[in-house]
Amino acid sequence: MALLQISEPGQTTAPHQHRLAVGIDLGTTNSLVATVRSAQAQTLPDENGHHLLPSVVRYGEEVIEVGDAAVEHAVKDPSNTIVSVKRLMGRAAADLKSLGESSPYEFSTGDSSVAKIKTRSGDVSAVEVSAEILKTLKNRAIATLGDDLVGAVITVPAYFDDAQRQATKDAARLADLNVLRLLNEPTAAAVAYGLDTGQEGVIAIYDLGGGTFDISILRLKQGVFEVLATGGDSALGGDDFDHVIAEWMLQQAAYKKTPSPSLVRLLMREARSAKEQLASDNEVNIKVEAEDFKWQGVLSLSQMRDLIEPLIKKTIMACRRSLRDADVSAEDVLEVVMVGGSTRTLAVREMVGEFFQREPLVSIDPDKVVAVGAALQADVLAGNKPGDEMLLLDVIPLSLGIETMGGLSEKIIYRNTPIPVAKAQDFTTYKDGQTAMAVHVVQGERELVDDCRSLARFDLRGFPPSVAGAARIRVTYQVDADGLLTVSAREENSGVEASVDVKPSYGLTDSEIETMLRDSMDHASDDMHSRMLREQQVEAERVVEALDAALKKDGDELLSEEEKGNISEARELLVNAKASDDSENIKAAIKKLENACADYVARRMNSNIRNAMQGHSVEEYAGKDQE
Amino acid sequence: MAITLTEPAAERVKSFLESRGSGIGLRLGVKTMGCSGMGYVIEFVDEINDDDEVFESNGIKIMVDTKSLVYIDGTEVDFAREGLNEGFKFNNPKEKDACGCGESFTV
Repeated sequence: MALLQISEPGQTTAPHQHRLAVGIDLGTTNSLVATVRSAQAQTLPDENGHHLLPSVVRYGEEVIEVGDAAVEHAVKDPSNTIVSVKRLMGRAAADLKSLGESSPYEFSTGDSSVAKIKTRSGDVSAVEVSAEILKTLKNRAIATLGDDLVGAVITVPAYFDDAQRQATKDAARLADLNVLRLLNEPTAAAVAYGLDTGQEGVIAIYDLGGGTFDISILRLKQGVFEVLATGGDSALGGDDFDHVIAEWMLQQAAYKKTPSPSLVRLLMREARSAKEQLASDNEVNIKVEAEDFKWQGVLSLSQMRDLIEPLIKKTIMACRRSLRDADVSAEDVLEVVMVGGSTRTLAVREMVGEFFQREPLVSIDPDKVVAVGAALQADVLAGNKPGDEMLLLDVIPLSLGIETMGGLSEKIIYRNTPIPVAKAQDFTTYKDGQTAMAVHVVQGERELVDDCRSLARFDLRGFPPSVAGAARIRVTYQVDADGLLTVSAREENSGVEASVDVKPSYGLTDSEIETMLRDSMDHASDDMHSRMLREQQVEAERVVEALDAALKKDGDELLSEEEKGNISEARELLVNAKASDDSENIKAAIKKLENACADYVARRMNSNIRNAMQGHSVEEYAGKDQE
Repeated sequence: MAITLTEPAAERVKSFLESRGSGIGLRLGVKTMGCSGMGYVIEFVDEINDDDEVFESNGIKIMVDTKSLVYIDGTEVDFAREGLNEGFKFNNPKEKDACGCGESFTV
């Protein structure tokens, strides 16, 4: 007979109607599946008792291997064994080129812009590779639970953009998994500790994995989690700890040569096990014997602390930045949740505790905590918990903006704005007689559109022509609870409208992703310079255009040849300056041209007023004033 | 007659109740449902109903409503593992026929 699980009072389901749901932590290095059984959230092991499934997929001669089996072959068959595929999710081929040399795979770009990795089983996309991992976890869950699944909650990093989230959903669909919802990893960790039913306030989630570091600041308010800020370092993790310890060993052994790759691997492994031992012991004996490297020594807890302290300090800096982003101080943080295997290192716990001035939460296995939280959420969404509503709020991970003159991105909805949200901004026309406007929707923090992700383009056409600046075009950005963006534009005077539903642009040939989003912090000063330059260039263009129009109309009439020569000289100067990349230079040239034109402008003004008043008496105007 | 829990089953129930943080025992019963007529109910108990019979086995309180009792009297509940799956099993002497999957039964 079937094996039964204990239900909540009154929640027994009819046979074959179990609402089995799982939580999946689809990680860069390892993935996990968890579920709630008899009121306990647990991760599910495979037949060998391993809970962690390495996120590695190998396309073999006959079979596709996932997890430990694939890891074993990774060294022998690197080009067909795909690791860390999460870093490629939702990325276009153009994005991946910017990853540079670090990627061992050969990419092929067919007719679509989705990056595909060449393997012996043909070209595979990151979505397909992730689907293999999800399939493996799904099969493990079905084998364990003895029934099909209603659905899954899959966790994603809080900073994942629309395209990366959509790619994760697509992978689930390929694996024939119903996604109940995507949940931010830090939120899942907070849920695992039951913080959702705890005191309202600010919670920090410190997630230090093998190769990545994430810090998220959440706020719990009326049973709702809001992500206030996220930050971190995508190239900092426990592996870096191993690295500095390995380097220390080389230094101690006075090894002068460049170590061979195999020696580096060996030392990294020794360093790792030393680090793990120091989680419980005060010192550890290390003995390494390889080809030409022989060394024996002792590493103490305080020595290791000295070695890795600079790395931990980097994470603390990121914490400080995120707190500033969230506009809260360290004292405001009620709880700190530790996630990721590297938070087992004592020095990490101590320094994080010092910074936040409180004992971090470590009672749940830091490798499993995200999956456990996802399972709890999946259980609620599958309807297995009565009268318990756990609504989780999401935020916009990256700012949504619009392209303005000069290729600049004007942000309409700032990042970390909770959704659903609607924001509108008014724009106007740039040229006389303009009857159409192109709307280009971009996502990202950078100042130049070229550095942001292009999401959609559309035109608002057919509004009546008028002088530059007279039309009033209201652009509205609306993001619903599922994160779908709708952009509409409306010319207020005529009521002409146009709108577009924005689907993430990855994989769509008609809206190419232009450049990978880089950390806007790195480019803040470049960006500011570019923005000023573009602004001055646009201004210069406008001034020259206006001048040309004016000269054509009444230049001959109002100016002497000499004056015309002066103006033309200043104009020439500006045109040349505009081509340079010195915004100050352009600004000066604009000023010069304006000075050269000052008399001309005054004369034009007078002549315009004269024309306007011709045939009217002064009394008429006086009378108007009295009205 | 009575309702009993095997020792492994009682241990699991105890740990589940502990991790749940509330609840006074285990409710066993039947419901008319499923492909062969009836299905088993196994739930946590927060309060005892008026028509409940209360048993105790290996330190766990077991609540069974009088209507269900006629169908499952004499049942022993065990905790079993089958491959990756694990869960509770009803050894009911009155059960005559079960559907293929064993989730519902007739008496």
